[in-house]
Amino acid sequence: MVGFVLFLVLRAHFVPRTFGQYGHYRGAAVGELSSKPVKFAGHQLCEGCHDDVLKVKSAGPHAHVNCEACHGPQAKHADDPGEFKPQLPDTAVLCARCHEANIAKPKGFPQVVSAEHSSGVACKTCHIPHNPKQMPGEKHS
Amino acid sequence: MITRRHFIYLLPAAAVAWDFVLAGTPEAAPNYTQTDHWWGMLIDISKCIGCGNCVRACSTENDVPEGYFRTWVERYHVDDWHMESPKVDSPKGGKEGFPPSSYTGGKNFFVPKMCNHCADSPCTQVCPVGATFETRDGVVLVDDTYCLGCRYCIQACPYGCRFLHPKKHTAEKCSLCYHRITKGLTTACCENCPTGARQLVDLKNPKDPAIEFLKTHSVQVLKPHLATGAKVLYNGLDGSVR
Repeated sequence: MVGFVLFLVLRAHFVPRTFGQYGHYRGAAVGELSSKPVKFAGHQLCEGCHDDVLKVKSAGPHAHVNCEACHGPQAKHADDPGEFKPQLPDTAVLCARCHEANIAKPKGFPQVVSAEHSSGVACKTCHIPHNPKQMPGEKHS
Repeated sequence: MITRRHFIYLLPAAAVAWDFVLAGTPEAAPNYTQTDHWWGMLIDISKCIGCGNCVRACSTENDVPEGYFRTWVERYHVDDWHMESPKVDSPKGGKEGFPPSSYTGGKNFFVPKMCNHCADSPCTQVCPVGATFETRDGVVLVDDTYCLGCRYCIQACPYGCRFLHPKKHTAEKCSLCYHRITKGLTTACCENCPTGARQLVDLKNPKDPAIEFLKTHSVQVLKPHLATGAKVLYNGLDGSVR
């Protein structure tokens, strides 16, 4: 009897309260893991405010490239646009990440050898990043 | 009238019931019901350009320590028919992209890799304390407050998807961005993939656009002979990929 009571007391002390709630693990861990904050806000949130950019982007080959793929994590900016201003990426580096020629890339994907193509000149000098088919100065359709 | 003997009989049942009373509601995402979902991922190898956006996004979103990876990209080179001996490289997990290849012929392609969120995962089976587990929506997670850091799971994963966190000394792995998917967002790697090579799939949702793709394409999992119930499904997977 004393041993059994001791077992219950020790069990209550050492085994987390939610252990076994859903299975052989601490049930509360699920809630703790899902409550972590996000850093990438998601393109739906960006598009809510920047619909002008969405319009330009949708007309070109970058239509399915989400905003934060180039602009980085913007959850803080989405929470407080006045306090957190995103920095414009350096297109000479950014564009090359995807478009630098590599034999392992799919054959139909647009690729250039940037040293020959632009010699380090920023890509946005000649291309509009949101719609590379448009030239700078051309009116957004 | 309850006798002393009956009272003792009831004690264990009461203890179990009390545990459930104390448990409360653990889900932090109020509009999310675990049993409505069954998560997996679709990776289309023919779309991967090896840009490393997924690796960088994962590192940022999940505070992955430098030099460790929850997801990574491998570059394969297969000479003609030499499927048994592919040349594979993955500098910094592909995080900074890939330098030009020294190969000019043969088959060359990128393969993104990550935890396969196996339905019958070897890693959860070996955990001695229940610190790693499969959720009811099909995600394999690690409870780092309960993990002992014994490394059994790291050895058991046949895909090499786990590592020991260098500071916390607990097991780490892809959580399928559980903090995002329970809020209705996609994973950080999928959100940032510029070509749509990665797509989060809810295998329980017939309206998920990836379901139609799965119905009409020949997809494969890594190491199917292990019967782990892997839920990362590859389109265009070459036989040389290990």
